[in-house]
Amino acid sequence: MTDTRTNTDASGPGAIGPVELNTSQIGTERQGDGKQTPSQTVGPFFGYALPYNKGWELVPPHRADAIRLHGTVFDGDGAVVPDAILEIWQADATGTFSREQGSLEPDGYTFTGFGRASVNLAGHYSFTTVKPGPTSVGRAPSVLVTVFARGLTHHLFTRVFFPEDTDAHGTDAVLAAVPADRRSTLLSVSDGPASYRFDIRLQGDGETVFLDFEN
Amino acid sequence: MNSQNEITEEILAIEADARKSVEAGGSPELHPRRDYAPYRSSLLRHPTHELVRVDPEEIERVSPAFGHTDVSLLESDLTIAHAAEPIGERITVSGHVLDGEGRPVRNQLVEIWQANAAGRYVHKRDQHPAPLDPNFTGVGRAITGENGEYTFQTIKPGPYPWRNHVNAWRPAHIHFSLFGSAFTQRLVTQMYFPSDPLFALDPIYQSIADPAARQRLIGAYDHSLSVPEYSLGYRWDIVLTGPKSTWMEGEEDHD
Ligand SMILES: [Fe+2]
Repeated sequence: MTDTRTNTDASGPGAIGPVELNTSQIGTERQGDGKQTPSQTVGPFFGYALPYNKGWELVPPHRADAIRLHGTVFDGDGAVVPDAILEIWQADATGTFSREQGSLEPDGYTFTGFGRASVNLAGHYSFTTVKPGPTSVGRAPSVLVTVFARGLTHHLFTRVFFPEDTDAHGTDAVLAAVPADRRSTLLSVSDGPASYRFDIRLQGDGETVFLDFEN
Repeated sequence: MNSQNEITEEILAIEADARKSVEAGGSPELHPRRDYAPYRSSLLRHPTHELVRVDPEEIERVSPAFGHTDVSLLESDLTIAHAAEPIGERITVSGHVLDGEGRPVRNQLVEIWQANAAGRYVHKRDQHPAPLDPNFTGVGRAITGENGEYTFQTIKPGPYPWRNHVNAWRPAHIHFSLFGSAFTQRLVTQMYFPSDPLFALDPIYQSIADPAARQRLIGAYDHSLSVPEYSLGYRWDIVLTGPKSTWMEGEEDHD
């Protein structure tokens, strides 16, 4: 068959393939019962699909205010999890969240506030970012983290706080909702100049606090 | 490793248990159980503490912005990335991304990945001795349109074996990754195809204890999306959590 797909750069779903799809159908008709779509595990084979170039670099490492946020993911036996992928979402140094596109094609200048990193075979992940400012009065600076992995039927949300912000920790609403004896699981550890370690324990001793947003 | 019969018994016991709790007045479970023993990998990877419920703050009520800076229109056609066409049944998968009130999620990122027609992923840890297809990678991306719509052109993935138990096979599926207009709406899931004989046997699909909820993962064959003498069409709408997490953003702020 001759390749007739010359119209792939035209806009709209109707331009896909050699033959026009019926786009009027796509625009309107609804499928399903309108209730929430269930989650399913990310599985083991996302490695060639979800990671993208420099997904772990929210800012270039040579920037003066760059920090390293890194750690290891562990399972309930204390074994490293070699097939997890993490996303972070955060405000910039002034506490403002970005509305800029371009996370998937980082240009080295635009701060989008979003990053994605898979762990290596040792279960270790690493991001280069900036320390966020507080997003509102009384909130402690924090980075949102989403964890996906084989064996997780549903992703897990958590948050990383920074060890030096002790005053703000006292007034932060998320930390206040966490039982006192588990709060330390949300605190990163300073492990070098501009470097913070945040290990994630999915289960068992020192199990990381995971969050559920009431919605 | 356990036999399929042993796994199936565990699956049925959990489903019966879930049915009883609904009959006793509980609400049906919308999502899979995190601790779902028939899916062996969940055993050591589910949290044992209750999740801590918090109110989303501003940063959680918005989401990273994606757009045509990130994704080219060509990326929604998985059949044109190589020199020739991939082997397999050509399909169109199309639908809408919606919030819990049925409102479209516009200008957001949809990512998919899948096995080829023989059930093999382009992944170095995929050990299934089925052929790779030099003309198929199996990765696609799209940005949703004004009505929350998305469309992918691809080939139907094959079922594949895995090592959860003896003779374990995954039903054919496409992995989907979705963002909403709020960070709390993030969803990673899988779309299945109608009438797959492997549904009853698969602990990943069955990790959703409520049969009505499981149905929501099955794309519907849609003849209006089939192209004469060319391809078959499936329609699948994806409904994210909401709307509490999105109401701060209002209707006007989608562009
Ligand atoms: Fe898969």
